[in-house]
Amino acid sequence: MVQVEETPERKLLEVKNLRKFFPIRRGIMQKEVGAVRAVDDVSFFINEGETLGLVGESGCGKTTTSRCILRAVSPTSGEIIYRTEDGETVDVVTMPRAQLRGLRRDMQLIFQDPFSSLNPRMTLMDIVGEPLLVHGLGNKKEREERVAELLSLVGLRPEYMRRFPHAFSGGQRQRIGIARALATHPRLIVADEPVSALDVSVQAQVLNLLLDLQRDLGLTYLFVAHDLSVVRHISDRVAVMYVGKIVELAPTDELFANPKHPYTAALLSAVPEPDPRRRSNRVVLQGEVANPADPPSGCYFHPRCEHATDVCRVEAPSLVEVEPNHYVSCHHAKELRLAGVAVND
Amino acid sequence: MQPTPMVNKQRSDEPLLSVKNLHTHFPLDEGTVVAVDGASFELYAGQTLGIVGESGCGKSVAARSILGILDKPGIVVDGEIHFRRTQDNEAGESIDLAGQDPNGEVVRSIRGGEISYIFQEPMTSFSPVHTVGNQIIEAIRLHRDVSKSEARTIAVEMLGLVGIPSPETRVDEYAFQLSGGLRQRAMIAMSLSCNPTLLIADEPTTALDVTTQAQILDLLRRLQDEYNMAIMMITHDLGVIAEMADHVVVMYLGQVVESAPVDDIFHNPKHPYTKALLESIPRMDGVRQEKLASITGSVPHPYDRPTGCPYNPRCEAFIEGVCNTKMPELSLVGENHQVSCFLYKGA
Repeated sequence: MVQVEETPERKLLEVKNLRKFFPIRRGIMQKEVGAVRAVDDVSFFINEGETLGLVGESGCGKTTTSRCILRAVSPTSGEIIYRTEDGETVDVVTMPRAQLRGLRRDMQLIFQDPFSSLNPRMTLMDIVGEPLLVHGLGNKKEREERVAELLSLVGLRPEYMRRFPHAFSGGQRQRIGIARALATHPRLIVADEPVSALDVSVQAQVLNLLLDLQRDLGLTYLFVAHDLSVVRHISDRVAVMYVGKIVELAPTDELFANPKHPYTAALLSAVPEPDPRRRSNRVVLQGEVANPADPPSGCYFHPRCEHATDVCRVEAPSLVEVEPNHYVSCHHAKELRLAGVAVND
Repeated sequence: MQPTPMVNKQRSDEPLLSVKNLHTHFPLDEGTVVAVDGASFELYAGQTLGIVGESGCGKSVAARSILGILDKPGIVVDGEIHFRRTQDNEAGESIDLAGQDPNGEVVRSIRGGEISYIFQEPMTSFSPVHTVGNQIIEAIRLHRDVSKSEARTIAVEMLGLVGIPSPETRVDEYAFQLSGGLRQRAMIAMSLSCNPTLLIADEPTTALDVTTQAQILDLLRRLQDEYNMAIMMITHDLGVIAEMADHVVVMYLGQVVESAPVDDIFHNPKHPYTKALLESIPRMDGVRQEKLASITGSVPHPYDRPTGCPYNPRCEAFIEGVCNTKMPELSLVGENHQVSCFLYKGA
C-alpha cells in the first residue's frame, strides 16, 4: 500500500463514459437483435503509483473494462485518457493501430491462469524476453542480461532461464508472468485475477511481491479480482461493479468500513470470515445477477435490493460524490446506514 | 501409526464414519504417487467435518476413496473405512468400505444413496444430453422403489426445496440452461433425493461468486438441520470452514497434521502449518497489514516427498535431526484436539 497523499496526485489514466456492447446476432442475415451491455458508462481514474481495485461478480464487466484499457478489445464509445512518460495525454480509444505498439510498452497485463498463459514450448528466456524482441529492445546479449535481471527481481534464479514452464509450480509460474509483464519497463500494470488460481500460502507470496515491485519501481496497478479480502489488502481505492456499471468507488478503508451502496454491503457480508466465533447473521442476497443483455428498468440492482423504492424501479441513478472521494450510484445513498466490516479489532 | 480415539460427550456415542490409517496410492509409470498417507478421521451424525488443505494435499482423494470413485490407477492399499448403515431398516451395523469391491452391490447401493457426493464443478458433473430432471429421476429410481412418475414428483419437490424457482418447468431443462448457482442447487437436489445420512461436499462453492456461495452455504446448513445429515466439507477456503464446520481436519501431503474442534483450529492452532495458513490469508477486518505472512516455498512434488515430517522443509520451527528423520504421530494435546508435530510431547 504505497500511499501518495502528500504529493500532488497526478492522474495516469482516466476512463470517461466507457461503453462496450457486444452485439447479439440472429438468423441467416446475422441481423443485430440486441446487445450485451458488458461495460455501460464506466468512468474512473487512477493516479500515478496507486492501486485501484476493481471488484465484482463474474459477468459484471470488470475483465472487459481492463481489456478496453489495453485496447485488446475496441470500446463502443467513451474515452480512455492516458498520460505518457513525457507528460502528453493521449486517447487510447481513437489512437491509430500503428501508434498503439509504442503505448503497449507502457501498459502490461498479468494473466489469471499461470498454466495456460505460458507457452509450454518456450523457455523462460523466450517467454520473458519476447516483449523485448517484439519491441526491438537490445541485442541478444542485452536481452539475456535483462531477462536474468527480471528473474531475480521476481525471486527466481537466473539460471532457470533455459528451463521450460512445466518445471515450475503455480506460484513460480505466476512470477514468470510478472517478469514478462515487467520486461519493457511499463508504468501501468493491469492484473486480471493474478492470484485467484493460487493456493493461499503462495497467494500471500505473490501479493507481497506485487507490493514490493510497486514500491521499488513506482508502478501503477489496476487490480481486477473477485476476492474482496485480497483487493482490500492491495488496493488504495476500490471500485465495485455490478452489471456493467460502477456502483461504488471509494478509498479502500472507507469502502470496507462505510459502504454506501446496498450491493457493496451485501458483497461484504457474503464473504465468510475466518473466525467461527463470528458466524454472521448476514444479509443473503436473493435471486440472480441481472442479465446484461436484458437489464431491469431503473437501477439494475433494484430487484435484489431490500431498500428499493418506486424511484429505483424507474430511474437509473448516476455515480455521485457523496463524501470526498466517495462515489456512489444509489438514490438512497445519503439516508441508508449500512454495515461494513470492523476496521479496529 | 495408531490414531488416538477421540472422545466427545456431546456427540452421539458412535461415529457414522470412521476412517482409520487410510493409504491411497496412484501407481504410475514414473513412480508411485502417495496421495493419502495414513489419514484418520471420524464423522458423527448431524455434524459437519471440515477437511482443509492446499491443492495436492489429498483431501479429495481421501473422500473419493470412501466411495470407491478414484480415478485410475488409484487404489486404497491399506486402512479401514467403517461406515454405519442407519438408513431405512439397517440397524446401525458397521461395514468396512475399504474391503468392498468398488463396483460391487454393497458399495453401489451406498453410493448416491446413503452417501452422496457434491462435486466442485456442476457443469461437468451433469450430463449435457439429458435433462436435469431425468438425471435426478434416474438416481432416485436406482435407490428407491418408486415408479417413474413418483420419482418425477420427488425430483420436482427436491428442486423446489433447494430454492430453484418454478421447479416444474426447470425439471425439463438441461444443465447448460441453468446458471452456476442454480446448477449447484440442482446438484444438491440430486444428492439429497435419496435421503443420504452422509453428504460429501467437495469444494461445493469454489466455482461460485460470493453472494451465490452465501446462498448455497445457507441452504446446506438448513437442510442439515432438517435431515440430521452429516456433512463432510472439503475446501481450501478457511472462511467457509469457519462458517460451516464443527470439527476440522487439516491435511498436508496426504497426512492429517491437525484435527480439532473448529474453535480450537482458529483460536488455538498448534501445528506450525495450521498457524502459517491462518496468518497468510488477507483479512476483511482489522488494520491492514503492510505485508502478509507467507509460507516459504511450495507444496513439494508428490514424487519428491521429504523424509520425516512432510512439512519440515517449509517449517519455521524445524528441528534438525528430528523433523527430517522421524515421522511425528498424531497425539492428543487437548480435548478432541490432536496434532502431529514434535513440538508437542507424545508425538
